[in-house]
Amino acid sequence: MAELVKNNQNQILVTPEKEYSILNLGPTHPATHGIFQNVLKMDGEIIVEAEPTIGYIHRAFEKLAERRPYNQITPLTDRMNYCSSPINNMGWHMTVEKLIKAEIPKRVEYLRVIIMELSRIADHLVCNSVIGVDTGAMTGFLHVFQYREKIYEIFEEICGARLTTNIGRIGGFERDFPTAAWAKLDAFLTEFPKGLAEWEKLIMRNRIFMDRTINCGPISAERALAYSFTGPNLRAAGVDYDVRVHTPYSSYQDFDFTIPVGTQGDTYDRFMVREEEMWQSISIIKQALQKMPKGNAFHGDVPDFYLPPKEEVYNNMEALIYHFKIVMGETAIPAGEVYHCVEGGNGELGFYLISDGGRTPYRLHFRRPCFIYYQAYPEMIKGAMLSDAILTMSSMNVIAGELDA
Amino acid sequence: MTQETQLSIAETLKAKFGDEILNIETPYDFLTIHIRKEKIIEIIQFLHDAENLQFRFLTDLCGVHFPDAGEKFMVVYHLHSLTNNYRIRLKATVGGEHPEVQSLTGIFPSANWMERETFDFYGILFKGHPNLKRILNVDDMLIFPLRKEYPLEDQVRLDKNDAQFGR
Repeated sequence: MAELVKNNQNQILVTPEKEYSILNLGPTHPATHGIFQNVLKMDGEIIVEAEPTIGYIHRAFEKLAERRPYNQITPLTDRMNYCSSPINNMGWHMTVEKLIKAEIPKRVEYLRVIIMELSRIADHLVCNSVIGVDTGAMTGFLHVFQYREKIYEIFEEICGARLTTNIGRIGGFERDFPTAAWAKLDAFLTEFPKGLAEWEKLIMRNRIFMDRTINCGPISAERALAYSFTGPNLRAAGVDYDVRVHTPYSSYQDFDFTIPVGTQGDTYDRFMVREEEMWQSISIIKQALQKMPKGNAFHGDVPDFYLPPKEEVYNNMEALIYHFKIVMGETAIPAGEVYHCVEGGNGELGFYLISDGGRTPYRLHFRRPCFIYYQAYPEMIKGAMLSDAILTMSSMNVIAGELDA
Repeated sequence: MTQETQLSIAETLKAKFGDEILNIETPYDFLTIHIRKEKIIEIIQFLHDAENLQFRFLTDLCGVHFPDAGEKFMVVYHLHSLTNNYRIRLKATVGGEHPEVQSLTGIFPSANWMERETFDFYGILFKGHPNLKRILNVDDMLIFPLRKEYPLEDQVRLDKNDAQFGR
């Protein structure tokens, strides 16, 4: 089975008189989990050529950002990789904090690490269970989605929202984690490892699953680097690049964790890398809880950006002035340019920000990992079967919102 | 990346390319080099091939518009050397009615879509690109929307009849 679907161009005999069929996969196809169009040139069931068209949910975030004050850009970042929006939010806050050279207390950074690792687990859970669905294993998907629900409940306790979270503020969090959030986090940390182990038992060594995913949509490390892959997709190809280790942000250097790597760069490796990353994330969260600095600091001392408490706004002139300045987006920002990147669910999520000192960014460019690695998709599915193309796409974790920004 | 490394990379480039390097700075500790657009390929190829540098990863490529400057556009490249963990930012300004720079697709296949995106939003042409057409916007769009002369719609404009939109 595996050798039949080998990604090998030599198998296709291209002769001029041969007639191919053209298949429109998408834009709205239930199997592609998002709005992607691919015009496939097919020889029977084998893909000869693919031409992706993207941009169906392009919302011009970079243009919108040029007219919004800094604190109003966070909701835009929510809608990029909506499977792990807190990472996008934190990445944006850290970019602005870098620009204004704000000092953030250690405790806030640890809280951020907890939130970011929780959302990484949510992101990988969605991706991996959907690989299961695409291979015909619906049960596992329904089973692990309850844990994503638990993660969303924690987010809900902290910021009130679930999917598009808008969590945190420039300078920290809007409030300290409530007791209910800590309780839910504790419950999650005891329940989830059991559930994850159960899910792995169900699918990881499953013969059908392995036959379907091993050698499906492989990419070599050289090609992956040439296509600027990042995140689990690059690590599955065998390159141990992780932003959390190479360019530590938010105190990631304090934690002890390993970067899982694959060897083949195929769907099974991508699946396995994500699985292991979830275990690592659990370990990071546990370490963060253990090392959590004492006190109750939940934001840094940045009065120009961080809203003062409401009772002060009502009773104190200074606080009222700051409140209005922040809400109207009239705080002074230094001119300068920064590039800040975080390890998002899919890879290096970068923010390139140019400020001219005005109330809005002069230019803001998002380095969206999906957009950059999705261009390798035609190469990866060349010579594969149609059903493997679907599987390759879901294992690459292409998120339409991030792809099109 | 320490300051000495930044300095030594800057020195290497200066010794090798001399006049092609217009300006070297390190805003927020990020080595930024302003180069002439004519030599982009040579400089990036050198950074890519040099044994002690190995900038073989294209992190990002994007355009910026400066309507008041002499040369109105800027292409910004972010390169990363994964082996040494160095990062570098290269900038080249482009002017004229039809701004044009050399395409990087020969060195980095990943530049393909990034350059298409830059073309789509700024109208910067990439010479040697295999498939330079719009990517995120519709094909028959006539403008380059991220240029500063296309402001976002004013929210208080009076000529629009909101009743038509159910507002």
